[in-house]
Amino acid sequence: MRLINRRPGRGLALALTVLPFAAVVIAYSVGSDIRLAENPSDKLLPSFRQIGDAINRMAFETDKRSGDILLWVDTWASLVRLGIGVGISASAGLVFGLLIGLLPMVRAALAPFVAVLSLIPPLAILPILFIVFGLDELSKVALIVIGIAPFMMRDLSQRVLSLPAEQLVKAQTLGASTWQIATRVALPQVLPHLIQSIRLSLGPAWLFLIAAEAIAATAGLGYRIFLVRRFFAMDVIIPYVVWITLLAFIIDYVLKVISRRGFRWAHLGGESL
Amino acid sequence: MSSVSVRNVFHDYGGPPILERVNLEIADGSFCAILGASGCGKSTFLRLLLAQEIPVRGEIRIGDSPPAREPGPDRGVVFQRYSLFPHLTALENLMLARAFEKAPFLGRLIGSAKAQAKEEALAVLKRIGLGHAADRYPAQLSGGMQQRLAIGQTLMKRPQVLLLDEPFGALDPGTRVSMHEFLLDLWRETGMTIFMVTHDLEEGFKLATRVLVFDKVRWDEHAPEAWGATVTYDLPLNRKTGAPPPGEIAEAVNRPDTAYAEGGHP
Repeated sequence: MRLINRRPGRGLALALTVLPFAAVVIAYSVGSDIRLAENPSDKLLPSFRQIGDAINRMAFETDKRSGDILLWVDTWASLVRLGIGVGISASAGLVFGLLIGLLPMVRAALAPFVAVLSLIPPLAILPILFIVFGLDELSKVALIVIGIAPFMMRDLSQRVLSLPAEQLVKAQTLGASTWQIATRVALPQVLPHLIQSIRLSLGPAWLFLIAAEAIAATAGLGYRIFLVRRFFAMDVIIPYVVWITLLAFIIDYVLKVISRRGFRWAHLGGESL
Repeated sequence: MSSVSVRNVFHDYGGPPILERVNLEIADGSFCAILGASGCGKSTFLRLLLAQEIPVRGEIRIGDSPPAREPGPDRGVVFQRYSLFPHLTALENLMLARAFEKAPFLGRLIGSAKAQAKEEALAVLKRIGLGHAADRYPAQLSGGMQQRLAIGQTLMKRPQVLLLDEPFGALDPGTRVSMHEFLLDLWRETGMTIFMVTHDLEEGFKLATRVLVFDKVRWDEHAPEAWGATVTYDLPLNRKTGAPPPGEIAEAVNRPDTAYAEGGHP
């Protein structure tokens, strides 16, 4: 039987899914054991017990100096920045996507501009943001927005633009105004794409968030990782990275569920990732 | 009474002419089949009738109103595909016309207006034989059902003129025959003027009261694109006798599209 026709059963599929994760965990623990056996004070690959202690210290005990539980303070600070940044970007993407996609006048005025905007490397203008907006929250949110909003605007205007011309003509023959076409024909059809676009933008959004936090912040997941780096505190860095990954996974999963529940019509075409 | 008048229409897209010297007076309540080979400009002509495009020269009027500059509710349209809104159920697809009419800002009906529109839409659904499929999305309907629904959408507006662009082109032969009956019944009920673009000769002759054939009358061997197409045959049909399609028309309609693409003399 050809390999392309061999499909795993339910049990095998689950085992295959777990396999690479298990392999990483086992490889890590073997490596960690070897290094710690040679040098018990090695900091590069801490044992699971040391990592567990660090998690306990960061996530369940209050910090002696500030009196806060650091992991939650950092998580909250980062998620607020991420949420505001992605929220602003998504709103801008939606509004400009509809304007550029539906109105030829706006398209002529803004499409090339947005295209050029999206080519500016966001990290290169991070210093400008710090100079203009100062070192507090605004500059971090601004970096996320500058990083992902142009992509979302382009993506969504393309989506609106590729609505079949037949649909727009049909709506006009049913008496629709431009506003009605925007709100009842175009908007509902791009909402699932908006969610898709947010899911694709979350990776870059995290990147820009952590980069901004690494350089100037007083709390945040990225700030903490770059702070403890000075002490080679791998026992803190590793759980933080795993935690960020888990958060990203949960957000992605929730968005996927929202899309399936909220836009059943958009998922009639079969399976998707 | 003349319902649609086409006066000396020329059209091109900035390049070679597509249509030239098209003149027609179409009586109210006619069923016109527009025939021609692929690429002969029959779909262009339909877009002009629809006012999706404006003729470069000449004008097209419906009734006494001035030439339209954009599509509007006086002309209904059904395309071969994409006439339906995929995010709305069959019922909502029909109710949309009322929502556009009565809710200029919200675009959504509420209260008694909604109940009334729903009742109306359900009646249309029943009339087009989709009473059982009210809550299905277009993607969940068969090709024939989708086209019925697309025609049903236009019924919500009662347009003077209904334009059909190869509406049954993607359907299997059996479904097509039942769609023919369906369309003829609706046409008799409503008295609309219908224009139907088709490349199926038999379909045209079976349904129409008037057959218009588009073809090029002038050919230049050295500049095959120099001339546009016009109406070469304009045949009123007697439905009772149902004249068989003459051979020359079959030749014009069934000409391979390479004749136009490569510009060889047919």
